[in-house]
Amino acid sequence: MVFRIRRLAMASVAVASATTLVAGCASGSGGSTSGADGNTLTLWTHNAGNSAELDVVKKIIKDFNGSQDKYEVKLQAFPQTDYNSSVVAAASARKLPCLLDVDGPNVANWAWGGYLDPIDVSGSEVPLTDQLESTVGRYKDKLYAFGFYDVSLAFFSRKSVLNAYDIRIPTMDKPWTKAEFDAALAKLKKSGKFDYPLEMGTGGTGEWWSYGYSPQLQSFGGDLIDRGDHKSASGTLDGKNSVEWGKWFSSLAAKGYIAKKSAADPNPDFLAGKSAIHWDGSWNAAKNADKFGDDLAILPPVDFGDGPKIGGASWQWAMSSSCSNKEGAQAWLKFSRQNKYFVDYAKATGTLPATEAASQQVEGYEPGGKFNVLVRFAREYAQVRPVTPAYPYISTEFEKAAKDLLAGADPEEALGQAAKNIDNNLKTNDYYSG
Amino acid sequence: MLAALDRLRPVRRTRTTSARRRESLTAFGMATPAVALLLVFLVVPVALAFALAFTDARLISPTPARFVGLRNFTRLFDDPVFYKSLRNTVYFAAVVVPLQAGLALVLALLVNAKVRGVNFFRTVYFLPVVTSMVVVSLLWTFLYRQDGLVNRVISTLTFGHFDGPDWLGDPATAMPAVILMSVWQGVGFHMVIWLAGLQTIPAELYEAADLDGATRWDRFRHVTWPCLRETRTFVLVTITIAAFSLFTQIRVMTQGGPLDSTTTVVHQAVHTGYDQQQTAYAAAISLIFFVLVLAVSLIQRFLTRERD
Amino acid sequence: MAAFLKRLGGQGARIVLALVFVLPLVFMVVSSFKPDDQIFGDLDSLRAFLPLGDVSLDNYTGVFERVPAARFLLNSVLISTITVVLGIIVNSLAAFALSRMRWPGRKLVLTAVIATLIVPFETFALPLVWWVNQLPLLRANGFQLEWTTGWMDTYQVQILPFVANAFSIFFFHQYFRSIPKELDEAAIVDGAGWFTIYRRIVMPLSAPAVATVAILTFLPAWNSYLWPLMVVQSEELRPVMVGISYFFQLNVGWGQIMAYSSMITVPILALFVAFQRAFVSSIASTGVKG
Repeated sequence: MVFRIRRLAMASVAVASATTLVAGCASGSGGSTSGADGNTLTLWTHNAGNSAELDVVKKIIKDFNGSQDKYEVKLQAFPQTDYNSSVVAAASARKLPCLLDVDGPNVANWAWGGYLDPIDVSGSEVPLTDQLESTVGRYKDKLYAFGFYDVSLAFFSRKSVLNAYDIRIPTMDKPWTKAEFDAALAKLKKSGKFDYPLEMGTGGTGEWWSYGYSPQLQSFGGDLIDRGDHKSASGTLDGKNSVEWGKWFSSLAAKGYIAKKSAADPNPDFLAGKSAIHWDGSWNAAKNADKFGDDLAILPPVDFGDGPKIGGASWQWAMSSSCSNKEGAQAWLKFSRQNKYFVDYAKATGTLPATEAASQQVEGYEPGGKFNVLVRFAREYAQVRPVTPAYPYISTEFEKAAKDLLAGADPEEALGQAAKNIDNNLKTNDYYSG
Repeated sequence: MLAALDRLRPVRRTRTTSARRRESLTAFGMATPAVALLLVFLVVPVALAFALAFTDARLISPTPARFVGLRNFTRLFDDPVFYKSLRNTVYFAAVVVPLQAGLALVLALLVNAKVRGVNFFRTVYFLPVVTSMVVVSLLWTFLYRQDGLVNRVISTLTFGHFDGPDWLGDPATAMPAVILMSVWQGVGFHMVIWLAGLQTIPAELYEAADLDGATRWDRFRHVTWPCLRETRTFVLVTITIAAFSLFTQIRVMTQGGPLDSTTTVVHQAVHTGYDQQQTAYAAAISLIFFVLVLAVSLIQRFLTRERD
Repeated sequence: MAAFLKRLGGQGARIVLALVFVLPLVFMVVSSFKPDDQIFGDLDSLRAFLPLGDVSLDNYTGVFERVPAARFLLNSVLISTITVVLGIIVNSLAAFALSRMRWPGRKLVLTAVIATLIVPFETFALPLVWWVNQLPLLRANGFQLEWTTGWMDTYQVQILPFVANAFSIFFFHQYFRSIPKELDEAAIVDGAGWFTIYRRIVMPLSAPAVATVAILTFLPAWNSYLWPLMVVQSEELRPVMVGISYFFQLNVGWGQIMAYSSMITVPILALFVAFQRAFVSSIASTGVKG
């Protein structure tokens, strides 16, 4: 009996001390690797909600796994909204997959945070120099990521509708001015035929807000942060021009030109004729063209004073720093850089191929093609989001400010607070010098 | 007698001492796993909330955490969203506590009657409690749409004279909508607690009241209510703490918007600490939240104890 | 007559309230069988609550095609079950030592445990994320065991923080105290040790307390959201509640969301209805002051 009790007591003490031991030596060790089980590599993508793009990823994986016997890549798809948080949390747990995709503007942060390792893609079928600059992710002069495509933003509308209301169809030579655009929206609203004449996709979440609306802010002459030294947002994000943008943006909702919160996927509403003008990505160009044919008008962004602007840089592929099989990861990255995949991505997603060669092969995007104008928008109007490790934070603050503006917040206050928060974050992080 | 005991003692003591030691050792062994787990997963993190709040720790950063003094707190007290979070949290609690406690008592009284089918009704009122808050939030997000079921019902009941708002999209109605749904989900829980309290009231008291010719209200006022004092304390304290911890509904339904009308302390802590990775800042918020909850429950305990 | 009317009024109130509580859930389950346009079309009539029209299991198959929902369910079952089982063992052992045995420091430990009752999880969840990320972890890498740091994205991080529970200890403690101490003394005279007393005498007499603790541990474990949202990233470790909130973000139709919701709710509701007496008395017992 005594023996049994003692055994029990010993066992409990052992369990307990193991727990405290575990707790006691918290720091130490670390520096472990992950993301691969021998030669089986894990790959994460943000595409769970986008089956067309996901299919291309699957195809490349299948081809790669079939092309050699050594490595096997395994896919895991996330919804876009939570993808970034998941990567950050996984990075902190040192459980990142070997391969992952990263939204262009986040490359700097992820490289700074040490989630990513520089990659080497020399010797792959498509040389890096062939790519659009916005599809290459560099930080401190090192290559961390590359993308297969970029996207372009545009106003989609119908010629018949614009003509019916006597609205001039803008061109790249002569884009709409702010006054013209406001007048057009007023006319369309007055017609009573559209609940909301303009569809801005305000039901979207996360990065869409910065991607979709910060170029308009820049066209007003404002910006997210002072790009000179990337050390302060005050005076820029809450500067005069930015506040002007804020007033305009908030008036869109106040005047009933746009929905405060549109459908999660607003494209069907545009296709059904519920909205007259749709601010949207090139990914819906083909769908729109299928529905409206020649009536479809792909219009340049409005020139709010500082020239028309759209955002540059989309999703790119990278390798984690904790990857336990970097050779395999590099092999996959190199393998994927085949011309046909550049073409496949662009075809599947209606995006702009990252290379000239691929553009030639994607119907509609070749010079003179009906979507070529989108390529030209990207060439002439694209402005990348600030290249700074602070970007993810800046983006969440901008998103919040923009949402508040639509809900009726005072522009000066909303943007002022965002600028102040960003400055605080920069200061707290020693301006991300680490 | 005493002398006899004295003579026995040495013998007994050796037996007792070894038995006592064995007993203590076993008891230690039995209590240790639970105590150790509570230490590691409760005491340490609470202590960490205090410690991290004075550093610049991030969930992940290439540079190690440093001591920064009160910086997180000065930032916090300068953050308008924090005041809104505090205000909303208090607003939510101030409405939910009486509403949920009162409605729960009404339900308890209704199912405490000796009529047919009370068991069935009790089961039905309790159904939302066993439904997860995430599911309830998703379901009500749909019901609260501008063209959703809630507005259709309102329109039907008023014969089309009244069109409901976009409940979750309007700063004026978002929090009331969340409150209503939260009460709907949680009220069954406290109904059962009230019910347990009601059933401890001796029937003789009611019989005596009836002999005195008491009305139903008198019976409630002078028998039921005073007898429920302990239950009342429990109900108040549990609803208050749960109300202060409001998070899931907000995360799923509104993410704190529109215009910060539904942001709460816990939501802000998660948003800044997890979404924006500012661990230290979130620790400062957690710390203040901890003090707040502690203060409120101590005050409640003090107020209810005073009447003893 | 007046009494009859009063009674009728009471019954009327009960019925109206019952509808308020049950109709949203009925709507959820019924809609899970309908295509989206019909869900919206039926909103104007009582058909919203009736499984009429184009009723099928399409939404359910849709959910399984889109996400590994079965895996999420399995994870939640696994996590909740282990939490419940470990919780019962660990907490009842501690409560046994606290209520029936004499040892130095007993009072202090009991007071400390009760003091932690008023600390809601939300107050230290964020520091806990940082903390579990510092904890060392033994894990298998291929055939080798190696020490690494960080419990993020594991099963144990979803289980261990919720095993020891002050309320469960307190509840067992109160219950054990009501069992006559003479039983222990008799057993000791018969040569039984403390562990035997715990296992053979006290636990078998405490079935209702075990049921209560099991139910009160199971529900929050099954419904947990805040914690796994922050510490679980991999799909293969994801529990149902995080699974459904991610699913919601995929811009899927409402019918599929209702199908997923029903799938993770109806089994629990069924369990509740089957064991409702145990459920209700468990909840009721939390309110009984000790």
